[in-house]
Amino acid sequence: MGARRVVVTGIGVVSAAGLTADQFWRTLAEGRSAIGPIRLVDASTLRFPNGAEACDFEPPRHFEPKELDLLDRFAQLGVVAAREAVRDAGLEWSAALQERTAIVTGNCNGGQTTEDQGFVDLYRHNRPRVNPMTIPRTMGNAAASRISMEFGITGPSYTIATACASSTHAIGQAFWLVRHGLADLALTGGSEAPFSLGNLKAWEALRVVSPDTCRPFSKDRRGMILGEGGAMLVLEPLEAALARGARIYAEIVGLGMSADAHHITQPSVDGPARAMRAALADASIAPEQVGYINAHGTGTLANDPTEVSAIRAVFGAQAERLALSSTKSVHGHALGAAGALEAIATVLALRHGLLPPTVNFTTPDPACDLDVVPNTARPAQVEYALSSSFAFGGLNAVIAFRRWQ
Amino acid sequence: MPDELSQRVVSVIAATQKLPPERVTIDSTFEELGIDSLDGVNILFALENEFNINIPDAKAEGVRSVRQLVESLAQVVGGGPEAAPAKQT
Repeated sequence: MGARRVVVTGIGVVSAAGLTADQFWRTLAEGRSAIGPIRLVDASTLRFPNGAEACDFEPPRHFEPKELDLLDRFAQLGVVAAREAVRDAGLEWSAALQERTAIVTGNCNGGQTTEDQGFVDLYRHNRPRVNPMTIPRTMGNAAASRISMEFGITGPSYTIATACASSTHAIGQAFWLVRHGLADLALTGGSEAPFSLGNLKAWEALRVVSPDTCRPFSKDRRGMILGEGGAMLVLEPLEAALARGARIYAEIVGLGMSADAHHITQPSVDGPARAMRAALADASIAPEQVGYINAHGTGTLANDPTEVSAIRAVFGAQAERLALSSTKSVHGHALGAAGALEAIATVLALRHGLLPPTVNFTTPDPACDLDVVPNTARPAQVEYALSSSFAFGGLNAVIAFRRWQ
Repeated sequence: MPDELSQRVVSVIAATQKLPPERVTIDSTFEELGIDSLDGVNILFALENEFNINIPDAKAEGVRSVRQLVESLAQVVGGGPEAAPAKQT
C-alpha cells in the first residue's frame, strides 16, 4: 500500500485554557493567559505560586465513582479529551473499524498524583498499606488503556514517554501508522497532571519555574509555568474522511525526529534544527512554504534563544518573514500533553486563519529577535505550519501541518 | 565566619562534583571546575541542606565562581533581606 494522505477530523481538549476545544481556541484567540495561583495543592512552601490548572474540571461530571477509583487525574483528562475528539469526528464504530483503529498517547509523569498520595499515607501517616489501585492508576498507559476499553478499540495501542515531546512523538507515530496503512483511524494526543506537592517540589529544585508567569521570548522571562491537560486528535486517511463527509480541520504532512546527544537538560541548536529539517523533508516542502511555527517556547532563559537560533539555522533569511508563537504562555507547559495541545492550537490556527499570540510579552530580547506574535492574535492565511517539541533529554519531534481548504 | 563559610562551600562543591577537595579553591571559576547549570542546581541543593536554608533563585543567578557563590550565600546565611529560614516538615 502506498503512502496515504492523513487528515485531522476530530479534536478534544481539557486544559486550563478551556474544558473543550472551542473554549481552548477562544482563550488562544483572545490572548488570555490561563496561568493563575495553584489551587490543587497547598503551594505555601513553594518558591513559585502559579500554574495553569484546569480548575473547572469536575471529574464526577464525567465518571462514575467506581470509575474514578481506577483513574488518576492524568488519565481522566486524557479520556475526556478523547471522548470529545471522537464525538467531534462523528465516528460510527464498526467491529472492523475498531480493529483497524490505533491509539497512541503521550505522557511524561504517569499517575504521579496517586503515587504522591500513597507516599503521604505511607511515610507521613504511617499507614501500613497503600491503595490497591495505585499500580493501575499510575501506569503511563492508563489513559490509552481506558480509551481502548471505552470505545472497544482493538488495534495497535501504546504510550510514548519522551518528556516534553511525548505527545508530539505520539501524534507523529499515529500519523505514520495511518499514512502507511497499519491503521485506518487513530486516536492520538496526550495528557498530564503534574500538580502534586512532591512533583512540584522536584520542579522547584530544578530552578526552571518562573516565580511569576511564563513570558516566552521576552527579555524579562524567568522560566516556565507548569500546566495540566488532555488533548486528543482523530486522524484518518483523506479518502475515508471525504467518503464519509467528515469535517477536515487540517492535513498532517510530515514528521521529523532527532536526538541532541548533548546534555540531559541543556538545549542544543543542532538537534532541534535537524528535527525541523526532517519534518520539512518528510512533508516534501521547502522552508519558504512555512508561514507559522508553534514553538516549543518554554520561557526559560536557555530554551528560547537556542530555539530561535535553530529556526534561523533551518530557515535562513526566510526566518524574518515567519511568524512563531509559544502558546505555553496561555496554557502553561503541560509536559506530556504539551505537544498535543500545541498541535491542536496549530491546526485551529490554520483552519481559522488566525495565529495565536505569545502572551505576557513585555520586552523584545535581541537573542530572540523573530516575529513572535506578541500578545494579540493575528489574522493570517498560512499554508503550512510546524508544531515543535524539544524535550529534556534532547529528544525532539516536529510535525508539519497543511491548511485544508 | 567568612573563612568558615568559604571552607564549607568549597567542601560542598568538592563533594557534589566528586572532585578532590584540593582542586576547589575560593578563586576557582565554575568553568575551571566543569560546573554547568545542572551541576549548579545540585550544588545549591547541597548548600541548602548543609546550612538548612532556602536559597532564592535570584541569589543564584549570574554566579559563575566559588567566590561569587560565597558572597551570595553570605547574604542568605547572614540574614540579608531575602534570607528565608528553611521550613522543617
